[in-house]
Amino acid sequence: MHPAWSIIFFTSASGLGLGLAAWVVLGLIDLGNVINFFIVSVFTFGLIGTGLLSSTLHLGHPERAWRALSQWRSSWLSREGVLAVLVLSLLAAWFGWNYLIGSVPFLLGLPLVFLIAVTVYATSMIYASLKTVACWHHPLTPTCYLLFSVSGGLLASMWLLAVAGQSFNSEIYHLTYCLLILTWVAKVLWWKNLDKKSSESTLESATGLGSFGKVRPLMPPHTSENYLQTEMGFVVARRHALKLRVMSILAGGLIPLLVFISFPSSSVLLGLALVLHFVGVFIERWLFFAEAKHVVSLYYGEAQ
Amino acid sequence: MTSLPEPSAIKLGLVIDLDLCVGCQACVVNCKEWNTSGYGAPLSDDNAYGANPNGAWLNRVHAFEAGDAEDAKTVHFPKSCLHCEDAPCVTACPTGASFKRAEDGIVLVNEDWCIGCGLCAWSCPYGAREMDPVEGVMKKCTLCVDRIYNDNLPKEDQIPACVRTCPTNARHFGDLGDPNSDVSKLVSARDGFDLLPEQKTKPVNKYLPPRPRRQKDETPMSLVAMAEAQNPKGFWKWMDATLDRLG
Repeated sequence: MHPAWSIIFFTSASGLGLGLAAWVVLGLIDLGNVINFFIVSVFTFGLIGTGLLSSTLHLGHPERAWRALSQWRSSWLSREGVLAVLVLSLLAAWFGWNYLIGSVPFLLGLPLVFLIAVTVYATSMIYASLKTVACWHHPLTPTCYLLFSVSGGLLASMWLLAVAGQSFNSEIYHLTYCLLILTWVAKVLWWKNLDKKSSESTLESATGLGSFGKVRPLMPPHTSENYLQTEMGFVVARRHALKLRVMSILAGGLIPLLVFISFPSSSVLLGLALVLHFVGVFIERWLFFAEAKHVVSLYYGEAQ
Repeated sequence: MTSLPEPSAIKLGLVIDLDLCVGCQACVVNCKEWNTSGYGAPLSDDNAYGANPNGAWLNRVHAFEAGDAEDAKTVHFPKSCLHCEDAPCVTACPTGASFKRAEDGIVLVNEDWCIGCGLCAWSCPYGAREMDPVEGVMKKCTLCVDRIYNDNLPKEDQIPACVRTCPTNARHFGDLGDPNSDVSKLVSARDGFDLLPEQKTKPVNKYLPPRPRRQKDETPMSLVAMAEAQNPKGFWKWMDATLDRLG
């Protein structure tokens, strides 16, 4: 599938921002100080907001994007839009309450944390619901999206705690690196699944000509590449896939993990680790699209 | 609404005969010609006279080869929207622009609502939808909804443009929901089949398989034998005999 920069940035930035928001609402960071409040709220809204705005960049008609909020009954993309708007509004109310009245009661924040999780789930289901892309259509897809959001958000929280000079207990310390490890274990499993699972569809079932023997494409229906091939038949990166997978694990997982374990309170080093983590997730998300094969490419002679 | 309607009694669609299609591309051209001036925005092309022309087309004809060696078969393979009963492109649409008509099952795009997100094209296993490079909205086969109900046209033209133009009669249009319609009878007589049945889209359009090749054990035709007159009569008999006598 064609890896559109706007969508890759959207899923990685919003995912990280939503994960961070969940940890903030759970009360991990003390927002009593005005500067802390300012940094945390700008960072959280910045990530979620720019992600969502970026998602409209690939549209043919961004000015009609509001219409995408209407079909939540059937469409995961619509559900994601509705949930994102709802979460952003409630999050604004949560921060407003925090600023004007004081800490929001923990129990009152829990439904918001749940909604945040459902939003990330909805993002993943835009892809996981597509039967036409066999490697996406798998329960590990939402699992990975949720884990990346939770572990990335926690890493971002740890950086903000370091910036604010706040302490944290050892449970959170252990949880952070455990979640990071778990996230990449799930991602490696997802890749293993991609490598071994092939679509049950074949050129024989696509043409119905299997009873005559093996089917081969003879002549394409057009002389130059069309929309289907540029959008669904993206093959440029596959030969570098293994290198890119290793790079994403190193940048997104291993290096941030080692930095965090060694210097959990250094704001500068954790900041660098967070940037590297984001780059790693960005590569991972790029591969998520670039490596995915669409059933329609069968008609153009590509094996699934 | 992008929720699917209850299955309609009338299911308009196409039956494509892979035995007859010769890959002449006339249906492709007539489809583009009709639909560039009919339903919705024109079907645009990008860089139409350049080295890499690119454009939105609603019907494409592939060619495949099936089988090996002397049994290999060339099959020309037209492909357009199959107006699926469980159309994944419709439910994926976030805006309500994609819809399936409750009255006849035709799948259409309301181009004024389409945001051009492309998710419907991603969810279609057949590659039936193409983004218009100029308008930024999704294009697809309308089953010539602006012809089939158009009383301003002569009766014989009230069928989809691709069907009207096919010189070999490889394309048929009709109600596949009615078991007694001509198209339904054709499908049952010729063992019509679905494309990608495992994708569970329940396509309305059906394909008819190429007919089996003639038996191999039939005596091969001999042109030499055919050229030799078996029982010449009259003048030819006399000339045959005379020339024989000359040695």
